[in-house]
Amino acid sequence: MAVNAGKPRVKPRFSQTLRKHWILLLMLLPAVVYVVIFNYIPMTGIVLAFKNYQYSGGIYGSPWVGIDNFRFLHIGGKLGMVTRNTLLYNLAFIFLGVVFEMGSAILLNEMIFKRFKKLSQTLMFLPYFLSWVVVGAIMYNIFNYERGIANHAIRALGGTPFDLYNSPLSWPPILIFLKLWKSTGYGSVVYLAAISGMDQEMFEAATIDGANAWQKIRHITIPSLVPTMMVLVLLAIGNIFRGDFGLFYQTVKSSALLQPTTDVIDTYVFRLLINNGDYGMSAAAGLYQSVLCFVTINLCNFLVKKVQPDYALY
Amino acid sequence: MSTIKRHPSRRVWTADAIAVNVTSVIVIGLFALICLIPFYLVVIASFTPESSLIRDGYPIVPRAFSLESYALCLKNPTSVLMAYANTIGVTLFGTLMAILLSTMTGYVLSRPEFPWRNKFSFFFFFTTLFNGGLVPWYIICIRYLDMKNSYLGLVLPLMFSVWNMIIAKSFMTGIPAAIAESAKIDGANDFIIFVRLFLPLSKPLIATLGLFSALAYWNDWYNCMIFITDENMFNLQYFLQRMLGSAQAMRLVAEKSGIDLPSVPLEGMKMAMTIIATGPIVLLYPFVQRYFVKGLTIGAVKG
Repeated sequence: MAVNAGKPRVKPRFSQTLRKHWILLLMLLPAVVYVVIFNYIPMTGIVLAFKNYQYSGGIYGSPWVGIDNFRFLHIGGKLGMVTRNTLLYNLAFIFLGVVFEMGSAILLNEMIFKRFKKLSQTLMFLPYFLSWVVVGAIMYNIFNYERGIANHAIRALGGTPFDLYNSPLSWPPILIFLKLWKSTGYGSVVYLAAISGMDQEMFEAATIDGANAWQKIRHITIPSLVPTMMVLVLLAIGNIFRGDFGLFYQTVKSSALLQPTTDVIDTYVFRLLINNGDYGMSAAAGLYQSVLCFVTINLCNFLVKKVQPDYALY
Repeated sequence: MSTIKRHPSRRVWTADAIAVNVTSVIVIGLFALICLIPFYLVVIASFTPESSLIRDGYPIVPRAFSLESYALCLKNPTSVLMAYANTIGVTLFGTLMAILLSTMTGYVLSRPEFPWRNKFSFFFFFTTLFNGGLVPWYIICIRYLDMKNSYLGLVLPLMFSVWNMIIAKSFMTGIPAAIAESAKIDGANDFIIFVRLFLPLSKPLIATLGLFSALAYWNDWYNCMIFITDENMFNLQYFLQRMLGSAQAMRLVAEKSGIDLPSVPLEGMKMAMTIIATGPIVLLYPFVQRYFVKGLTIGAVKG
């Protein structure tokens, strides 16, 4: 193959790069085609938010309707509610996620019983391997009204059974618990990896200086984890207006009664599209979500860059 | 591979060390238990006879042992086996393609001599910052790519992930450049170097990406729900979802009308089906756990 290793280094021109690296470019082609088809072409489809989609016209041939779709969304009156829910749930997920993941990574790292450590780590990973459908089945097992374990115990103790699927206010803590339950084991691995990459000499030096275990955690381990945390939090903030569709869809089971506390932007967009077949309104809500996310992540990245450029994502 | 210096342990049992370890054992132990218990409850329920489930509710400790529910699940096995075959086929093929696509792309973007690597990296990364939303994507898939009731609908949506590509890229950046350079001098081209040299050196990476992808395919119900209406093409998770859903709907009808519907899926069957749908992928984890942590260590932190 023609690889001219001995050529003098000059700034490569377009055609030169093309000739020299055609194999690399060919290897890149499948992923580029994929991303163009499934990401970039759909991006141009945001015009649908301003159109009345008709099957015969397709995305680009359907008639324009201006901001009608957004007006209907506004009249529908749900957008504020689902935005609030999405934001609040995600704030809770991010904040408690950091606390749980970092906390369990630190505790796992301190643990000297290696067998116990490995076993508990394996168990903590178990929920990550379950699909949301299976989590839904487990919820049903525990909370179903007639035969669920919770109500069975309540009945046995002479109490009044509790119908979870009829009480909107008990859902936020349950959904937050489920999210943490499912993702803590996985999330803690990332922090654990960061801890094991830390310089052990620091701990030795601190020990010699008379620091106790808590002080070492507080003054060495946690500060060293901040860069990792910042990356993960920034990435999460980029999706702060995106709900975890599986979590909300499979456990809540689109019950209208529970919507005030459990409906997020993603379930709303999905319902508009699949159940109502309202392409225009759904596209408008989707565009609203994408723009919110895009603005948020750029703003946060900009602010982080101002304060501490090392932590910025791009 | 990087080596972590392990100092010989000279641990002295001071009061603070004991306190930290006790806290650790209690908190982590409790959390591990909470992770296990719900799964345990489903396993127990799946082995409990239906009559006992109806009479006494779901058990906390095993009351009796029976394989009745599993036998019922497999009594009319065509649909279950069909779903299994679909899931296994899609998972195997999809995972293979996903590994190939992300490692190959990661390899190209990790080449220091490739002048456009930053431009292309941004081209991929941008898709994580902005997207067109569900509707345009759905229309492209259905109308232009004809993915309704096609296995493409189950395979394509999960085939490429920018995050996996980034993990692959940072892993391959860590492979010494001299390896590729000397192979080039020997006349090997980039594709040969990738296949013959880099892939064999990337076992932890392949294990990690393979597990991520296999998990995503195995646990997928979403794409089946929006693309597939042909019952012969349902995958396991969607099959389970329909079973649970129809049980709930029928229960409501039965409650409202007071009629006992004999075709309601039995309680134990639902639990047995849950285990059947989960089993293999959970069993896979202990075998790849070692690689998994290693692969994540290299990839995830760099974002």
